[in-house]
Amino acid sequence: MADGVKPRVKVPSKAAAGEAIVIKTLISHQMESGQRKDSDGNVIPRSIINRFTADFNGQNVVDVTLEPAISTNPYFEFEATVPESGEFTFTWYDDDGSVYTETKSVETS
Amino acid sequence: MKNIKALSVTASIMGLLAAPAVAGPDSDSLVINGELEMVTETAAPEHLDGAVGDTIYSGWRFRTDETQALQLDDFDNPAMLTVDKAIDYFNTVDGSEGKSCASCHEGPEEFAGLTASLPRVEDGKLVVLEDIINGHRAEVMGAEPWKWSGQDMQGMVALIGLQSRGMPVDVKIDGDAAPFWEQGKEMYYTRYGQLELSCANCHEQNYGNMIRADHLSQGQTNGFPVYRLKQAQLISKHNRFRGCIRDTRAETFAEGSDEFRALELYVASRGNGLSIETPAVRQ
Repeated sequence: MADGVKPRVKVPSKAAAGEAIVIKTLISHQMESGQRKDSDGNVIPRSIINRFTADFNGQNVVDVTLEPAISTNPYFEFEATVPESGEFTFTWYDDDGSVYTETKSVETS
Repeated sequence: MKNIKALSVTASIMGLLAAPAVAGPDSDSLVINGELEMVTETAAPEHLDGAVGDTIYSGWRFRTDETQALQLDDFDNPAMLTVDKAIDYFNTVDGSEGKSCASCHEGPEEFAGLTASLPRVEDGKLVVLEDIINGHRAEVMGAEPWKWSGQDMQGMVALIGLQSRGMPVDVKIDGDAAPFWEQGKEMYYTRYGQLELSCANCHEQNYGNMIRADHLSQGQTNGFPVYRLKQAQLISKHNRFRGCIRDTRAETFAEGSDEFRALELYVASRGNGLSIETPAVRQ
């Protein structure tokens, strides 16, 4: 696991059924591109988050492929429609094989 | 003759109408996380004697809507990533004594109000938050001092400042502090560098105007350390002082110098009454 990786998610805890809600996600990650060299001229190995997904009650909402040009601490903001009460699961996949997940539940009225 | 006069009157009216488009602070109000209302304008402290007019404004009021928005919600505030790291440092053992901040202090909440009253005089010396943190690291923890503007130091300064967010700046300028305050005031009105500019030339006489592409604020420090988008990291007060003096093409004072401590006190006193916004977001 790379150093200092911490996922953060902001989801409203309540929503009207069928309403589109704004979801903000951020994961602190160095996103080392693999293009840079250290002071001795050696290539610094690539270490990035390469995939991000969000699911609601098991149904996929977004599935993103991340590339090396994406900056440190990748931030995603998107809207999702919530038909019923349930749980969002957010998953980030690291180059080194680590998987970070975060869950948030939403109640509909 | 009459026609010419009428023309010049029209021109001066147009001038008046056009001016407010760029000059002055905007009229937005700052509410953080939808609940914490901040004082971004208030009556100028008495010691200023009307030098900036009747009102002091937070630097937030001089920024663009996009920059302002980053400060409205802690999730969007990029400074919070560094503050989060500081919470980890707070609980991390460092130095020869095997202690962390948390060994002595219950939590950062303990420091509510501290930032609002700094700098202050302790044992005849003017002390700022960086001094206190490094003092405790050296004496209690036996750890290496942090660099003044390093992200570990400024993250901790921001974490402690965050506990005072929303409280009014209230630094003491009389008693022991008076000589330091006078020294800071002297510096504020001294013209430095090849361009011969004092702090007052921009931040007192020309706040609200543009200096090339930059909208000049009153130079208030109530949001420091601030996350500056230009540098993409937390910036200390002394770093900002140094930057301003450098821009006058002068040889600057060092971060952590007694001169900058005195200036920090004087500038803070010019913002007495504004809410602490730490960590703020600026251009």
